Amino acid sequence: MPSYRAPIRDLQFVYHELLNADQTLASLPGFEETTADLVDAILEEGAKLFEQKIQPLNQLGDKQGCRFEAGEVTTPDGFKEAYNAYIEGGWGSLAVDPEWGGQGLPETISFMLEEMLTSANVSFSLYPGLTRGAISAINSHADDELKARYLPKMVEGVWSGTMCLTESQAGTDLGLVRTKAEPRPDGSYGITGTKIFITGGEQDLTENIIHLVLARLPGSPEGIKGISLFLVPKFLPDDDNEPAQRNHVSCGAIEQKMGIKGSSTCVLNFDNAQGFLIGPEHRGLACMFTMMNAERLAIGIQGLGLGEVAYQNAVAYARDRLQSRAAGGSAAPQLSADPLLVHPDIRRMLLTTRAYNEGARAVAVWTAVNIDLSHRHPDAAKRAEADDLVSLITPVIKAFFSDYGYETTALCQQVFGGHGYISEWGMEQFVRDARIAQIYEGTNGVQALDLVRRKLFIHDGRLPDRFFRLLADYIEQQRTNQPLQPYLTPFIEALNLLRDLTAWLTEQGSENPNQLGAAATDYLRIFALTTSAWMWLRMIAVALENRDGNEVDFYRSKIQTGGFFLGRLLPQIHALNMAVRSGSDLLMDMRDTDF
Amino acid sequence: MKILVAVKRVVDYNVKIRVKADQTGVDTANVKMSMNPFDEIAVEEAIRIKEAGKAEEVVVVSLGVAQCQETIRYALALGADRGILVQSDDELQPLAVAKLLKFVVDRENPDLVILGKQAIDDDSNQTGQMLAALLAWSQATFASKVVLGEGDASVTREIDGGLETIKIGLPAVITTDLRLNEPRYAKLPNIMKAKKKPLEVIPAAETGVDIASRLVTLKVTEPPQREAGIKVGSVTELLDKLRNEAKVI
Repeated sequence: MPSYRAPIRDLQFVYHELLNADQTLASLPGFEETTADLVDAILEEGAKLFEQKIQPLNQLGDKQGCRFEAGEVTTPDGFKEAYNAYIEGGWGSLAVDPEWGGQGLPETISFMLEEMLTSANVSFSLYPGLTRGAISAINSHADDELKARYLPKMVEGVWSGTMCLTESQAGTDLGLVRTKAEPRPDGSYGITGTKIFITGGEQDLTENIIHLVLARLPGSPEGIKGISLFLVPKFLPDDDNEPAQRNHVSCGAIEQKMGIKGSSTCVLNFDNAQGFLIGPEHRGLACMFTMMNAERLAIGIQGLGLGEVAYQNAVAYARDRLQSRAAGGSAAPQLSADPLLVHPDIRRMLLTTRAYNEGARAVAVWTAVNIDLSHRHPDAAKRAEADDLVSLITPVIKAFFSDYGYETTALCQQVFGGHGYISEWGMEQFVRDARIAQIYEGTNGVQALDLVRRKLFIHDGRLPDRFFRLLADYIEQQRTNQPLQPYLTPFIEALNLLRDLTAWLTEQGSENPNQLGAAATDYLRIFALTTSAWMWLRMIAVALENRDGNEVDFYRSKIQTGGFFLGRLLPQIHALNMAVRSGSDLLMDMRDTDF
Repeated sequence: MKILVAVKRVVDYNVKIRVKADQTGVDTANVKMSMNPFDEIAVEEAIRIKEAGKAEEVVVVSLGVAQCQETIRYALALGADRGILVQSDDELQPLAVAKLLKFVVDRENPDLVILGKQAIDDDSNQTGQMLAALLAWSQATFASKVVLGEGDASVTREIDGGLETIKIGLPAVITTDLRLNEPRYAKLPNIMKAKKKPLEVIPAAETGVDIASRLVTLKVTEPPQREAGIKVGSVTELLDKLRNEAKVI
């Protein structure tokens, strides 16, 4: 059975040393008490609960899956008890406004815990994860009455939340949504339609489930401009806010699927169910995007979480498993063979995983700090700047983290040889669980389009301008940092390449829109690798300063892993650059009939 | 009733211990430290007694370096009311710890002192017993069940080959065994509240207690590496080796 130890030291390194988040966050109103010792205590206690109570259910949950009978879903054994421990500990509402019963801590801490939770058990993490997203959508867009009625119990975790977008004919293109909302005399709406792929749409963990549903009002405009957002509870609360009357929403089936089997994926039938409008009419998608952006980041984190747990288990196996001798002569002649770890290709797989993980962790926490800045910085200009960065990086995190998460879980499975393919070792589950993150919440192709078609262009290209300036400023600051120079060179090259390509792409795209679609996925990867390289450079700089201190091994391995990233992973950008510049004709010239 | 619980900061039980190159001790630099697991059980028991309405206050005391405050904060997050650190950078051996605890007991006047039966770093298993002797109080060690009465306590002890239940008069010293309870996880709001609970620091030098070491560590070494086994040719050979080489039969 796989094991997991939360990478507390690595998280502390990123939070305290790399980003100096203690100072940044404690200077924001409301976070004055978020001191380093408090952050460490939270990380350690969260890690303990996730490692000891939630991780042991991961493999079990995969084997057993969710069960469906007569409209009811039973989650795997142990999930309910673990869920209760999770919500009673207050972990579900860490960053929620204390006004609604949350702890009011920074999002940054929530992000770090999310990584640990997804390492421990992705399926489990989805139940509280969706609730958190629903809370933020309701909090941002619903009226005060709905907030007062629904938020406290959702924040407490005794009610959960879902996100009901997809219908059988409406996946990526939500303009095709058909679910209807009929106004009722009392001001509420009758919701009718069928939603599919609803995570946690039905489960036995909470006493009520609050669905956020996209639907169409009568006479609404075609397409996405005619969609509104509704809150539809499974049980309508009575005056004491206890779940009372069963609403007309029911679970028709749950899906059999490749991975995340402990998470219920439901077909939900709304049969004139009572719903309440959230936000203005026809502005449903914009409201839902509050939730979707948060979910996209969380789903990127799943790639990181799975990459981390897969790495830990692959390293343990590579130390333990004896196969073949080292190329330059035996490393352990007293044993029947050398440990796998002596072989260069095994090291390639492990270091690839580790270098992606640690770069991604730094990017994630940096993004989270910017989320907190965008919410709380006293200066409106600073808030807007942080918001631009988060908005630009969101599709990059979602797509790149989940892509590399799938690659690296497979690499770590590969370290196990044939045993990696056998269920008992748990490695194949990581691969299956990682796969969905590339697909749901907008496929990675859609994320790439969001980056190249929208984020590069909105506000006259302000978003990439800001970001590139940040990276260029960093280079200028480090020009005199002598020990860093060998690492700086490949990064300067990468940033120049990315800027040139961005200019080329924006120019090409205005002439031929297919150029953007053809370039999107490869461009996003170049963007992501360059962003990770920036974080690696900064991590190396911190490590170089500390390499002679009393954690020699820790900082040396940071420098070496960073060197591996810059030397062996970053160069992908050159091939990708050539691919992008080959243009869209290679894709579009072939006739449809020739496929 | 007031309960005093003693907690020790030790190398986390998950850490793979490394002996220092000069064999003077165990390497604790940059190693994760946590509350001694037996002491966690002691804290849990005290909190449960308080939650059952049988105690008004749980005071946690630790002895050692400034970082022991983190260990005390953790106990406060679990539900203890306030903390005391007797701060010292010197190595504190069981007798010194017992004397310093007596100093704290004399100041605080608790009705009950609960400690872990031993710490997982030095495994001494002496402090509770010494403290009881210094105080001339009743003691019940290796507790797996504690039932408080009026002015007394009935304690089930884990002994060789079974359990023994004894009744002791209060005030008393109780040391905890593994099966006494399962410690809780700290809740997030309580971790935050713990920061605001009182924590008093008393320099050991101000206690007037003689904490000089009575023991000298000569050498610390790793346990011997397990050697590879051998194949025996027959049952007779096996019996011969067990009898004459291993001398186990």
